[in-house]
Amino acid sequence: MLDRASGIALDLNGESRRIDVSPLERLSHALRESCGLRGVKVGCDAGDCGACTVLVDGEPVCACLTCVAQIEGRAVETIEGLSDSDPIVARLRAAFQFHGAAQCGVCTPGILLAAVALLRRNARPSEGEAQNALGGVLCRCTGYRAIVEAVCDAHSFQAPIGADLPQEHSVGQRLPRLDGALKLSGAEIFGADAWPADALLARAVRSPHAHAAFVLGDLDAFLGAHPGVVAIFTAADVPGLNRFGVIPAFADQPALAEGVARFRGEAVALAVGEDEAMRRLDVSTFPVSWEVRPALTTLDEALSPEAERVHPRRPGNILTSGRVARGDVAAGLAASDFVVEGAFETGFVEHAYIEPEAGFARRVGDRIEIQACTQAPYMDRDDVAKILGIAPTQVRIIPTAVGGGFGSKLDLSVQPFIGLAAWQLDRPVRMVYSRPESIMTTTKRHPARMRAKIGATRDGRLTAMDFSADFNTGAYASWGPTVANRVPVHASGPYRIPHYRAVARAVHTHLVPAGAFRGFGVPQASLAQEQLFDELAERLGLDRLEFRILNALAAGDATVTGQVFPDGMGFKACLEALRPRWRAALAAVASFNAAAAGSLRRGVGVAGMWYGCGNTSLSNPSTMRLGLKPDGRFALFQGAVDIGQGSNTVIPQMCADALGAPIALLDIVSPDTDVTPDCGKTSASRQTFVSGNAAVLAARAMRGAILRLANVGEEARIGFAPGAVIISGAGGERRIDLSRLPVDASGFILQAEETFDPPTTPLDENGQGEPYAVFGSGAHIAEVEVDIELGRVKVLRLTCAHDVGRAINPTLVEGQIEGGAAQGLGLALMEEFFPGKGENLHDYLIPTIGDMPPVECILIEDASSVGPFGAKGIGEQALIPTAPAIFNAIHHATGARIRRAPATPDRVRQAILAVRLEKDRGGQ
Amino acid sequence: MYVRPADLDETLRWLAGGARVLAGATDIFPAAGERPLSGDYIDVSNLDSLRGILLDAEAVRIGAAATWTDMVAADLPPAFDALKAAAREIGAVQIQNRGTIAGNICNASPAADGVPPLLILDTSVELASKRGARRLPLSQFITGNRRTSLAPDEILTAVVAPAPAPTLRSAFLKLGARRYLVISIVMVAAALDIVDGIVRDARIAVGCCSAVAQRIAKAERRLIGAPARAGLGGAIEAPDLAALSPIDDVRATAAYRRDAALTLVRRAIEFCVRGEAGGVV
Repeated sequence: MLDRASGIALDLNGESRRIDVSPLERLSHALRESCGLRGVKVGCDAGDCGACTVLVDGEPVCACLTCVAQIEGRAVETIEGLSDSDPIVARLRAAFQFHGAAQCGVCTPGILLAAVALLRRNARPSEGEAQNALGGVLCRCTGYRAIVEAVCDAHSFQAPIGADLPQEHSVGQRLPRLDGALKLSGAEIFGADAWPADALLARAVRSPHAHAAFVLGDLDAFLGAHPGVVAIFTAADVPGLNRFGVIPAFADQPALAEGVARFRGEAVALAVGEDEAMRRLDVSTFPVSWEVRPALTTLDEALSPEAERVHPRRPGNILTSGRVARGDVAAGLAASDFVVEGAFETGFVEHAYIEPEAGFARRVGDRIEIQACTQAPYMDRDDVAKILGIAPTQVRIIPTAVGGGFGSKLDLSVQPFIGLAAWQLDRPVRMVYSRPESIMTTTKRHPARMRAKIGATRDGRLTAMDFSADFNTGAYASWGPTVANRVPVHASGPYRIPHYRAVARAVHTHLVPAGAFRGFGVPQASLAQEQLFDELAERLGLDRLEFRILNALAAGDATVTGQVFPDGMGFKACLEALRPRWRAALAAVASFNAAAAGSLRRGVGVAGMWYGCGNTSLSNPSTMRLGLKPDGRFALFQGAVDIGQGSNTVIPQMCADALGAPIALLDIVSPDTDVTPDCGKTSASRQTFVSGNAAVLAARAMRGAILRLANVGEEARIGFAPGAVIISGAGGERRIDLSRLPVDASGFILQAEETFDPPTTPLDENGQGEPYAVFGSGAHIAEVEVDIELGRVKVLRLTCAHDVGRAINPTLVEGQIEGGAAQGLGLALMEEFFPGKGENLHDYLIPTIGDMPPVECILIEDASSVGPFGAKGIGEQALIPTAPAIFNAIHHATGARIRRAPATPDRVRQAILAVRLEKDRGGQ
Repeated sequence: MYVRPADLDETLRWLAGGARVLAGATDIFPAAGERPLSGDYIDVSNLDSLRGILLDAEAVRIGAAATWTDMVAADLPPAFDALKAAAREIGAVQIQNRGTIAGNICNASPAADGVPPLLILDTSVELASKRGARRLPLSQFITGNRRTSLAPDEILTAVVAPAPAPTLRSAFLKLGARRYLVISIVMVAAALDIVDGIVRDARIAVGCCSAVAQRIAKAERRLIGAPARAGLGGAIEAPDLAALSPIDDVRATAAYRRDAALTLVRRAIEFCVRGEAGGVV
């Protein structure tokens, strides 16, 4: 028998160690909490994600499924034990940096360990061997292709790379991620990775019912019966306003429910205590009695005239609606030679970042500090202040590295809980969501029910489109208003449609709140519009790509909101760039299908998209600050949160070029609401565009300040040297010794702070106006193979053309495209969350490394005059066209139209059988 | 409490005292959710007497602690190709390195990928307790969704398959909604003993289409005596699979499972005729 006293001896990263924990403890927990090896990431505690992969005697295992006693006498390797003195490791890391194979970095330790185990026995694995070896680790950011490439050609790298940063002209270069080394070493600090030693642990008590009134029981008795549990908090303990929400005018969500829970998983109380007591606490024994009430779980139920209101102030359960109208839709459709129409549906989609929400809070005098994963530090600050009833300046938010966000970490998760508990107890409190808790309670992509009718004239020109959609926004507002407003602007796609009407409503139900997810409703609308375009092209007898080219919006054309872009509308160029692959793919598919005797049929589909960068007709400024230090280096106060997309790299690239300085001269100061100015939220594909512009403006202002310091004109050139700036111009060269100059209170010789807010105008009652200063656009080709007997769809290849204005860092842009396409593929083929069923990563499926085909990225650079160096956003753009392109390809392969996403095997098979039945009937 | 017994006798003593068996722990930990394991566990993962996969003239004996990785590496006749193909598709490498064949059986999930390939091998399970040893056909051991006839004081010590004819070929087909780490929607194992071009023996098992994976005797009977040539799978018709009773769940509809099971059964037969082991479809 083993017990805690004897300890467990093992070889840990090459050193003999003894771990004194319960022998039944999960190895992952022991490594993180007892050995301090926090590069071991925990994503699910169920073997579903592989983030906790470690090597035991050289073989990968999930540390979350291994008990400590089982590694007695074994050799355990974690990411911390992978040393660059091992050439296999060093080459692999170099290859990862080169290919951009780590984005957020939270899966990276597990991926690297699984890859090292492979490379030790097979230095030059094939793609299939690499996929088999890495099939057990999920990555939500990269789309896996960069990982496969890095593993397969790691042997060809000489480490290290990335040491040589360019002296000038950083923009446009494939710089390795500046924070890449941290991610590849496993040393990056994510939400769950740091906490004060005396922190208590918090766990929420959550409603098991979609809609229920509740009464709390004897909390003191519960506390008394659970030694180590220190405090229970309920709504009554919230000192400020127990209402939060990302859009202040719609804020409606309580931090802790007040007598009624409106969705399964809503928190009704918070228990806080010592680690072991909290871990062992069975929250199902918490004293609460439920009175289950009827729940509205579908749009039809919620929209029924008899339906109870989820919120009394919102009649008809309509949170809000959006509308865009232009021309005369009825007349336009009547004048059309061909009209197609259809209804389409999508389900809840889960963000499934590999890092569950986590962080800690501590009270410092009359202030509260919260260190947690977030996409929106300043919004967190303001909402936490309201909840605690204190001023925003009394709240400090320190974002950790974010292990994937994709929209859901814009909303509060752990922050109100740890903030409240730390504030009330005056002790640090930490909280880490379990995977089920993360899936059950955080926001989702809105399920959509859409109808559209689109007309064209015989010559192939679009005439009119009538679109309406209801979005299931769940129990609380979150970003529902944004979806309702953004969708009508985008539902046309980037096409010229003279007569247009689009309405969208966000509808409350008693389900998990739907919020922001990469695209804010546009991917759903695109499924309807782009599929109907294929039907129109078919009716017109036109090639599907040429039909889109014929109708593509160009600079100078009016959008459906009447906006005219003078430049930077490169959609047509994207479509034209796809022509060669399109024609080749059509020919290849035709010959494959002509020869096909078995059950496999191939198809090719195309879909376009556009996406406005930044908030819709609302101010969303970013502010950047630069400080010149006496040593001649610059501090860049970079408040834009890098959630894996790369703003920690591309913003310095732009800043360096605007400054005319080598990028290595910039010291990046990470986001912290006490230190960095507000760069807004990392969403709406706005950081490159908005914060990038602010960085450029700040850099220019700094140049101006330096020139003024030297008392020279704009034409002078600035050079940089240690402790000095060198001014050269007509009068020769002059060295300004910075060490002799006075510094300000912050220790800077000079500071420059600038703000950029995208120029937009409000939309009128018909949605007419200038909602965005810039749109990104693009199109994907999907080539698929369908097993018509089983309905199983494999995507064979994706070709993705995007107009990014200017690719500040092509490797990172391609990373966004591949990662977005992977999420689009998931949306198309496998992802749907059913509240109450499958709150885990084995029932909720996201693509694995074996599901992503090769991706060819084509970057179009049609510069926008308002973009920094011409750049536009890419984050959300890349996801939007993938699913409709896949659905169009499925139709091409089988004749079956998929009207309900995702196209799971059963739905595809059913659609194929329906087509067959129809044909048989037609034949009789 | 955690115990690492020295031998089977000690294991049985602890079992009689109410402790539970732990080996790969790939199902035990997920069942615990976010909370630590509680209760008493007997770790048999390193018990030498339970570890190996042994082949002799009479039988293949798979020790209770044998992992899926052990199974992939074992040198076994072609009748085990289906089981090996399943072994490569259980979760992913991390799971295969820890999870055991015995655990897959005792967990008794309707979606246990190991069960159909074991059913076509006519396997039995050996059970031991202080009260004595017994042997049960696998088909009788698993009694329902997450239910077995394992008594609380018993351990499954080995999975035993009678030594198959060297001419018995097998195949396994797994259908899921993604490539790796996926719970099957339907899976099928088939074995054909083909001698002189004629099917002498046929075994077909279908998983995920009833509470317990099952052999499809009606389909098997159709094949015996038939010439083993391409297209043989077409001999199976939907009514042959009437014994299946699939359900709707988040992965697929019942109607689809029935339809896909027929397709997979037909294909698995073709794989056997061609001498291919299958895998994911």
